[in-house]
Amino acid sequence: MSPTSLYFDEELAAETYHRTLWDIYWGQFHRHHLAVASAAIVLLMVLLAVAAPLVTKYEPDKVDFTTRYLAPSAAHIMGTDGLGRDEFTRILFGGRISIAVGLIATTLGLIFGTLIGALGGFYGGWVDNLAMRLTDLMLALPRLFVLIIMTMMLRNANVPWLQSSGGIAAIILVIATLSWMTVARLVRGSFLSLKEKEFIEAARAQGAGNSRIIWKHLLPNAMSPIIVAGTLRVASSIITEAGLSFLGFGVQPPTPSWGNMLQNAQDEMLKGHLWLAIFPGLMIFIIVIAVNYVGDGLRDALDPRKLQ
Amino acid sequence: MKEAGQGDYHSVRPVGVMKMTQYIIRRLLGAIPLLLVISVIVFVMIQLTPGGPMAAFEENPNMTPEDMARLEEQLGLNQPIHVKYYHWLMKMLQGDWGYSMTTKRPVLTEIADRLPNTLQLMFAAYLVALGVAIPIGIISAIKQYTLFDHIMTTLAFIGQAIPIFWFGLVLIIIFNVWLKNPATGKPLFPGGGMQTYGTTGFHLWDRLYHLILPVTMLSMFLMGSYTRYTRSSMLDVIHLDYIRTARSKGLAERVVILRHALKNAAIPIVTIVALDLPGLFGGALFTETIFSWPGIGRLFFRAAQRVDYPLLMAIVLINATLIILFNLLADVLYAYLDPRIKYS
Repeated sequence: MSPTSLYFDEELAAETYHRTLWDIYWGQFHRHHLAVASAAIVLLMVLLAVAAPLVTKYEPDKVDFTTRYLAPSAAHIMGTDGLGRDEFTRILFGGRISIAVGLIATTLGLIFGTLIGALGGFYGGWVDNLAMRLTDLMLALPRLFVLIIMTMMLRNANVPWLQSSGGIAAIILVIATLSWMTVARLVRGSFLSLKEKEFIEAARAQGAGNSRIIWKHLLPNAMSPIIVAGTLRVASSIITEAGLSFLGFGVQPPTPSWGNMLQNAQDEMLKGHLWLAIFPGLMIFIIVIAVNYVGDGLRDALDPRKLQ
Repeated sequence: MKEAGQGDYHSVRPVGVMKMTQYIIRRLLGAIPLLLVISVIVFVMIQLTPGGPMAAFEENPNMTPEDMARLEEQLGLNQPIHVKYYHWLMKMLQGDWGYSMTTKRPVLTEIADRLPNTLQLMFAAYLVALGVAIPIGIISAIKQYTLFDHIMTTLAFIGQAIPIFWFGLVLIIIFNVWLKNPATGKPLFPGGGMQTYGTTGFHLWDRLYHLILPVTMLSMFLMGSYTRYTRSSMLDVIHLDYIRTARSKGLAERVVILRHALKNAAIPIVTIVALDLPGLFGGALFTETIFSWPGIGRLFFRAAQRVDYPLLMAIVLINATLIILFNLLADVLYAYLDPRIKYS
C-alpha cells in the first residue's frame, strides 16, 4: 500500500462520492418533520385539485334550485351554496385556480426578478443603477391599492385572453408584476459577492464568456435563497389572489377560486350558512401554512452552514 | 395580505451627523422624481380603466350621444391623457386634489373625514401587537426550545399564515354569531360599525367595545411577525460577550435582559415597525370592509368600484409618500440607534 493511504480512505471516499448535493439536501430536509408532513399535505391538495372530476360526482357550475343551502351531510360533505352547487366540488375546482395562480404568478415573478437582479449584480454601473431604481419604484408602491387598480385596468381591457376563465391571466400578470422585487435584491446581492470569488476568475481564465459565467457559474450558486424565497412567495401569492378575489377584484365568478367563494360569505354566515364562510378560508389557511413550513424546511436544508 | 418588511429600499446608510443631514436631504430630493413617476403610472392605469364618471349615464335613455359628447367636453374627459395628467398635476401642486366624482366633495375633505378612524384602528392594532409580541418574543428567546417556546413559535407561524380577511369572518362567527352576552342575550361583540346604532358623538367605552374585533383581526398578522422577529433578534444578542459580562458582574437577570439585551435587540424591531406602518393601510382595507369601519381603506374600496380617479390618485400618492418617508425614517433610526452601524 502506498503511504497516501494514511490520509486517503478509499471506503470513505467511495461513500462520500455517492452522496450528491441533493442527497445532502434531502437528508437535511427530512429531519424537519413538520416540513415533510407539510410537503405531503401540499402534494395531496394539488393531486385532489388536478383529479377533481374523478374525486367528485358533481359539477362545479351546475345550478340546482332543489339543493340550495344544504348543510354539510354525507351527500354534500361541505354543504351546498345559494345556487345549489356542491361546495366540496367548487373547493376542488377552485383549488385548481388558486394553486395555479399562485404557482404561475410566482414563477413569472421569480424569472423576472432573477433576470433583473442578475443583470444589475453582474454588470454593475448604469445597468445596476437602472435595475435598482426600478426595484425601489416598485417597492414604494402601496401594494394592495396598486394591485386593485391594476386588476381593474386589465380586467376591463379589450383583450380576450385576459378576460377568459374569470380573468385569471390578468390576476397572474398583476401579482407577478408586484412580487419580483425581493428576489431581484437577493440575486443581486449574491451576484455581487460571488462574482469576486476565485472560481469565477478561474472560469474566466478558461475562456468562459459573460453569459456562460452568469448561467453556469453564478446562478447555480445563488439558487438556494431563490428557492426558499420562491416557495414562501407561492404562499403569499395564494393569499394575494384570495384577498383580491374576496374583495371582488380578482377571479370573477362563476369560475371558482378559494378567494371569490368567500365573496358573499359575510352575508351568508349572518343568514346562518356558516359552512360557506368556513371551508374556502380553511383551504387557503391550510395550504399557506403548509407551504410556509416547506419553505422553512428548505431554508434549513439549503443553509450552507449546516452542510457537513 | 401585507408584506412583512415591505421596504428597506436603500442600502446605503449615513455616517456622522453632518453627513446625516446631507443624506436626509438627498433622500428627500430623490423622493420627488420617484413620486412623480408613481403618479404617472397610477394615473395612466386609472385612465385606461373603463367606467368612471360617464358610466353612470351610459344606460340612461334620456342621454343622446350628443349629450354624452357635450358632457365629456364639459368635464374635460375627451382630452388626451397627457393633457389630463398635466391639469391634474398642476392643480395638485397648488394643493387642489380635485373633487370626488361620486360624492362631489373635495378629495381632501373625504380623506380627512376618514383618516382619524383608520389611525385609531392602526394605533390600537400596533399597541396590541407589540404589547403581546415583545414580551412573548423575549420569553421565547430566554426559554429557547422549551414547551412555551414551541407553542408560541407555532402560534406565531399560524398568525402569519392565516388569511386576514377570513380571520375577520371567523371572529364574527365566534364572537357575534355564536357567543352571546349572558345578561342581555345580544351578541358578545358587535360585528361592525364604530358605535352602537342610534347613538351619536364619541363615547370611549363604546368605541373600545367596537374596536375589539377589528383590532384583533388587524393585529393578528403583526403579532405573528413581531413575535418571531423579537425572538430572533433577542437570540442574536443574548449569547454575546457583553451579556455574559453583565451577568458575571452579578446583575439581576431581569436587568440583564431588559436593560442590556433588549436595548440592542430593539434596534431591528424599531426599524421593522417603521417599515411596516404605511403598509398597514392595505391590511386596514380588509378590516374596514368587513367591519363596516368608515376609514381610508373602505373609502378606497368604494372609489375603486366606481373608478373615482381623483380619490384613488390621492389615496395612492399619500400612501406612497408615507412609504418613502417611513423608509427614510427607518434607515435614519437604524443608524441613530446603533452607533456600531457605519456604512459608507
